Amino acid sequence: MIQVENLSKAFGPKLAVDDVSFSVQRGEILGFLGPNGAGKSTTMRMITGYLPPTAGLVKVGGHDVTEKAIEAKRLIGYLPESAPLYTDMTVEGFLGFCAEVRGLGGADKAKAIDRAIEMCFLKTVRRQSVDTLSKGYRHRTGFAQAIIHDPDILVMDEPTDGLDPNQKHEVRSLIRRMGQSKAIIFSTHILEEVEAACTRAIIIDQGKVVANGTPDELKAKSELANSYLVSINGTEAAAVREKLGSIIQSTKVTIVNDKPPTVLARVFPKDAGSDGALGQAIFSVAKQNEWNVNEIRKEEGRLDDVFRNITLSDTQAQ
Amino acid sequence: MKSIWTITKRELAGYFNSPVAYVFLVIFLLMTGAFTFMIGQFFERGQANLQPFFMWHPWLYLFLVPAVGMRLWSEERRLGTLELILTMPISPWQTITGKFIASWGFLILALLLTFPIWWTVNNLGSPDNGAIFTGYIGSALMAGGYLAITSMTSALTRNQVISFILSVVICLFLVLCGWPPVTDPLATMAPNWLVEGVAAFSVMPHFERLQQGVIDSRDLIYFISLIGFPLFATSVIIRSLRS
Repeated sequence: MIQVENLSKAFGPKLAVDDVSFSVQRGEILGFLGPNGAGKSTTMRMITGYLPPTAGLVKVGGHDVTEKAIEAKRLIGYLPESAPLYTDMTVEGFLGFCAEVRGLGGADKAKAIDRAIEMCFLKTVRRQSVDTLSKGYRHRTGFAQAIIHDPDILVMDEPTDGLDPNQKHEVRSLIRRMGQSKAIIFSTHILEEVEAACTRAIIIDQGKVVANGTPDELKAKSELANSYLVSINGTEAAAVREKLGSIIQSTKVTIVNDKPPTVLARVFPKDAGSDGALGQAIFSVAKQNEWNVNEIRKEEGRLDDVFRNITLSDTQAQ
Repeated sequence: MKSIWTITKRELAGYFNSPVAYVFLVIFLLMTGAFTFMIGQFFERGQANLQPFFMWHPWLYLFLVPAVGMRLWSEERRLGTLELILTMPISPWQTITGKFIASWGFLILALLLTFPIWWTVNNLGSPDNGAIFTGYIGSALMAGGYLAITSMTSALTRNQVISFILSVVICLFLVLCGWPPVTDPLATMAPNWLVEGVAAFSVMPHFERLQQGVIDSRDLIYFISLIGFPLFATSVIIRSLRS
């Protein structure tokens, strides 16, 4: 549904987006990750036809966004960053306006408004003026505007920004539900969100795509992925380090915490495939040395580690 | 066409949902009345025409039209809704036209509400109603020209005050540039063709001819380009904002 090929955008001498390519199919929810100023919003603005690309191509539902702008825009629902709204209108009036601009009229329009209001939990404020709404309601009104015409493609710039935890949960489950029949792109810098809602994630840094995969694939890139955390009683840190370090499947053992009588150690695997063997080896070493194992736990890897490692370069440069 | 009307409806509702529209209408009517009857000496002149009414319009519009139009684009830029409207499936031209029609329609409504003065002059004497009609047309076209200029300055900035001041200055130039107190000193330092070129921009001679009941294609072309060119400039500015 969305096809982005070698997309670049320069603002003067600064390259905000640098040769980005990816595609999103129907039924996919793509999470767009990256530090502030990485080029997430700029990319989304080019997809939705707000900014013309400096180089490259965006195709939405087969239409080139720069050449067949109107046809492409018809397919997209867009929630811009910080959800801008006409503050002098009521929620209902605003949604009606958006529906009309999108070519809905009469009974279709009324139905579309009712549907969007119901999906975004706006019933209690539907006749209220937008400038009297709290941030959460404003954001949901912006969301309702994006889905008013039941678009095939949804592009959302930080859809959960500024919402409370309950509202975040609601919006995520809404995205998940809609993702079954639509192609969705949303940007965020909240990593749990990617795990909670996305089928695929792209990490973008300094205008370039630096990682692209399912949340699990990305997590596997973490240093901690498939390592074991072992908590042992009745021995000393030095002994733990020595004995566990001699396991052939491990590359490294670090002592995370040493508070007698408990030692907390992390064992890193040699290669990700032999994870079961490493766990068994740890057990047998513990048995041989008659240690009391309190807990042994396998790490899946953490997205925020991956994110930090990949995008650290520019933070350090600053 | 339908999209243009949707934009127009929203803008018009925006005027009437806030006190702006009513304040404007009252002030416009009070001021046209005061200028016509008190300074223009409508009764004392003893002539059955609306010359003392129309002669103040270029000056009244100088402040009132920018006040109506200054929010057209700067408000969209300030709220961020420009991004919303430009990613909807309508062309920027439709949006520009829709907004212009709404504000212009509002100004024409204000102008039409001055009908009691037409009624008065028809009761007191027998004026040339054809000339009054073309005078109204000229006034509406002039308001449209000022408004198109305000639309352009409004697209330039997210600050309504700056947009207001810029459009007042440009409109003031259009009023003054053909006026002898301005052209005479200019004639002493600049070549003749330049003085005449500058003077040709003036709105005054075109409006005056229409007040006299003369419909000249040159005047109509002047007003149409006075509306068309700044609206085109608006579209260029909006396009440049996006790159």
